[in-house]
Amino acid sequence: MRNLSLSTLGPLAALILLTVLGAFLNANFLSPGNITNVLARSAFIGMIAVGMTFVITSGGIDLSVGSMAAFIAGMMILAMNALIPSLGIGVPLVLAGMGVALAVGLAAGFANGFLITKVGIEPFIVTLGTMGIFRSLVTWIADGGTLSLDFEARQFYRPVYYDGLFGIAWPIIVFALIAVAGEVVMRHTRFGRYSEAIGSNDKVARYSAVKVERVQLLTYVILGLLVGLATILYVPRLGSASGSTGLLWELEAIAAVIIGGTALKGGYGRVWGTVVGVLILSLIDNILNLADLVSPYLNGAIQGVIIVLAVVLQRGKSSAEGR
Amino acid sequence: MTQALLALQSVRKSFGPTEVLHGVDFALHPGEVHALIGENGAGKSTIMKILGGYLAPTSGTVQWQGNPAPWRSGAEAEALGVVVIHQEFNLAADLTVSQNIWLGREMGGFFLDHRTMREATQTLLDQLECRVSPDARIRDLPVSDRQMVEIAKALSRKARVLIMDEPSAVLTQTEVQVLFRQIDRLRAQGVALLYTSHRLEEVAHLADRITVLRDGAVVRQAGRGELSEDAMATAMVGRDLADIFPPRRERFGPTVLEVTDFAVPPLVQGVSFALRRGEVLGISGLVGSGRTELAEGLVGLRSHHGRITRNGTALTLRSLSDAARHGLAYLTEDRKERGLLLAKTLRENLTLSTLDRFGTPLIRRAGEEAALDRAITDFDIRAPRRDMAVGNLSGGNQQKLLLAKTMLPAPEVVIIDEPTRGIDIGTKSQIYYFIDRLAREGLSVIVISSDMPEILGLSDRVMVMRQGRMAGVLAGAEISETAIVRLVMGTTEKAIQDA
Repeated sequence: MRNLSLSTLGPLAALILLTVLGAFLNANFLSPGNITNVLARSAFIGMIAVGMTFVITSGGIDLSVGSMAAFIAGMMILAMNALIPSLGIGVPLVLAGMGVALAVGLAAGFANGFLITKVGIEPFIVTLGTMGIFRSLVTWIADGGTLSLDFEARQFYRPVYYDGLFGIAWPIIVFALIAVAGEVVMRHTRFGRYSEAIGSNDKVARYSAVKVERVQLLTYVILGLLVGLATILYVPRLGSASGSTGLLWELEAIAAVIIGGTALKGGYGRVWGTVVGVLILSLIDNILNLADLVSPYLNGAIQGVIIVLAVVLQRGKSSAEGR
Repeated sequence: MTQALLALQSVRKSFGPTEVLHGVDFALHPGEVHALIGENGAGKSTIMKILGGYLAPTSGTVQWQGNPAPWRSGAEAEALGVVVIHQEFNLAADLTVSQNIWLGREMGGFFLDHRTMREATQTLLDQLECRVSPDARIRDLPVSDRQMVEIAKALSRKARVLIMDEPSAVLTQTEVQVLFRQIDRLRAQGVALLYTSHRLEEVAHLADRITVLRDGAVVRQAGRGELSEDAMATAMVGRDLADIFPPRRERFGPTVLEVTDFAVPPLVQGVSFALRRGEVLGISGLVGSGRTELAEGLVGLRSHHGRITRNGTALTLRSLSDAARHGLAYLTEDRKERGLLLAKTLRENLTLSTLDRFGTPLIRRAGEEAALDRAITDFDIRAPRRDMAVGNLSGGNQQKLLLAKTMLPAPEVVIIDEPTRGIDIGTKSQIYYFIDRLAREGLSVIVISSDMPEILGLSDRVMVMRQGRMAGVLAGAEISETAIVRLVMGTTEKAIQDA
């Protein structure tokens, strides 16, 4: 079985190893509270990383997602505060806020995708630009400070982050659904197959009657929507947004995708791998915080080593396949 | 006889458990062109790599001027004058022609002497009658010019042994003539040359000595004039190849496709022709005469104007999917860059352009596997494993898969651009029979080819393109090599009457 090679199982093995290590180092590691904490924190980056998997698989990259999340959060909070007089505090207000978040996410993703596919600018350049634009806009709107959701509205909205179903928090449930849907879409639909084909060789895709621009545009739009969704679940946690909201999320999302075995140059995507990648990154953070073996300040260094290691493993695989 | 400059003695080579060369003796003499011929997979490339120092033999020796060869790498061999022109070009796409030719041997001291290098490059290109600027970027050059640059680079190295892996495969007739003159010149200077080609008439014309390779062993060695082209082909394949081409078709149906006053600005103008059911129309012409552009226009890959009717109904074709919907399909000449996803499996390649037929929203895997089963049977695709990457298939099997992919939507008209480029003669013949079978089943086929025997052997009618225009259409007994060459070169104008 080709699918069970070392490089495929590598990330999974790393995840299991980390879990065992965590359990040894701290008795609380496997407590429901800690597990919920780790998973809920993973959920935001996770949803974004699932979208990022499609973008990278089809040969693109999106550096703007962290700033986009901050911008969406800011717009959502402004809209909800502005709508309180007319809608009052209640379900309609929250729904309106969610609608705004998704709409802004869609528009932002479309803007990226449009500039990349229709205007023909490199994805790296476009999203480097929009990364600066989104973050600067939210800082400007907040006047360098913080945009806060109205206190009562925040109280009403809170359960979206803290409550859940059968004791599982909402962000975890939504993340799980997105992950499963993402895996199915990547493996079993035309959109997924086309994404891989385009990332593999866009000329071949074009000569095979694949609408290359449309598929690529769609990957950015979907990613924008998923950033919107992640923001919807993130805002009730703090109830505010500022210039530093979602800082470096783009790098964490990209790192998760790469650790999971998706090729950075495109052509090969693995959504479940991305999920494993996100969990690995969160676990490292969590274990360093729980155990006093290594300073938590070294978190970034350890994550960096993992990323490089994952790519080395990937290269071993591709040269083996090239034989 | 002179002493061999470079020779192999009982060379065996194994990759893992498989032995691909079974004790080969082979010698290159100064002032001689030695042709090495054989089907794909016969071991030609391995021999060339061993001669060039890129591979070491598992047993046996490589002799250089009668002594064991002193080099341990391709670079060391090249320093001693053993130069290989690879089939996959070793050119840096973003550097200029001049930069590529002098790469690693730049003239000048700390600062580069750009002017001398440019001038030397110009001299080399002039010798090759190649009208490319030394400052042109490789990326912007067509394949045939890149081949010329590769040859210029080899000339610049003062080669004593020059090993050429199918240099003519991507060249036009005129360019091949230039190449032959250069080969003659090098031969006269005492260079030892190794030449490979699938075009046996070139081998007969050029070679002083011929070695035929089959399944990793030498089956025949002969001097100039001792082997007819037929004898070469028979020795290569190991069986008689009397019928490379299928017998001609005689009955055609009504007109299926009619193209009137068709243009793909600015490359193609004023093309009109009609295509009948079950007919094969060959399109001949030089590289750059607008054949591929015409084909890409017809299937909606390029913007065009003019009238296309299918069974009497006018069509609007703005994209490849429009064309597919109206029963038109196109098989590209560039199977590695436009035809197939080399890193993907057979199944993913086969169904890529017809995925919507395999279920919505979820793709039915079983349906795809069944389609692959049929394709493997119908087109005799030989793959060691079903889930292997297409890039690891032989060229012939890649081409068969590409044909299967193009035929999967069951088109009514198919345009096949260079059906057999870089494929051994056995597989070529197989592909000709596939095309014949499809035509007999009612498909209308347009074959674009630079291979003259192929055009002559396959076509019911031949259309010749010159400088983006139709130079003429030949039918039935009018089809001959001379008539086609005249139209290609523009020495006569045959009235465009059959269109």
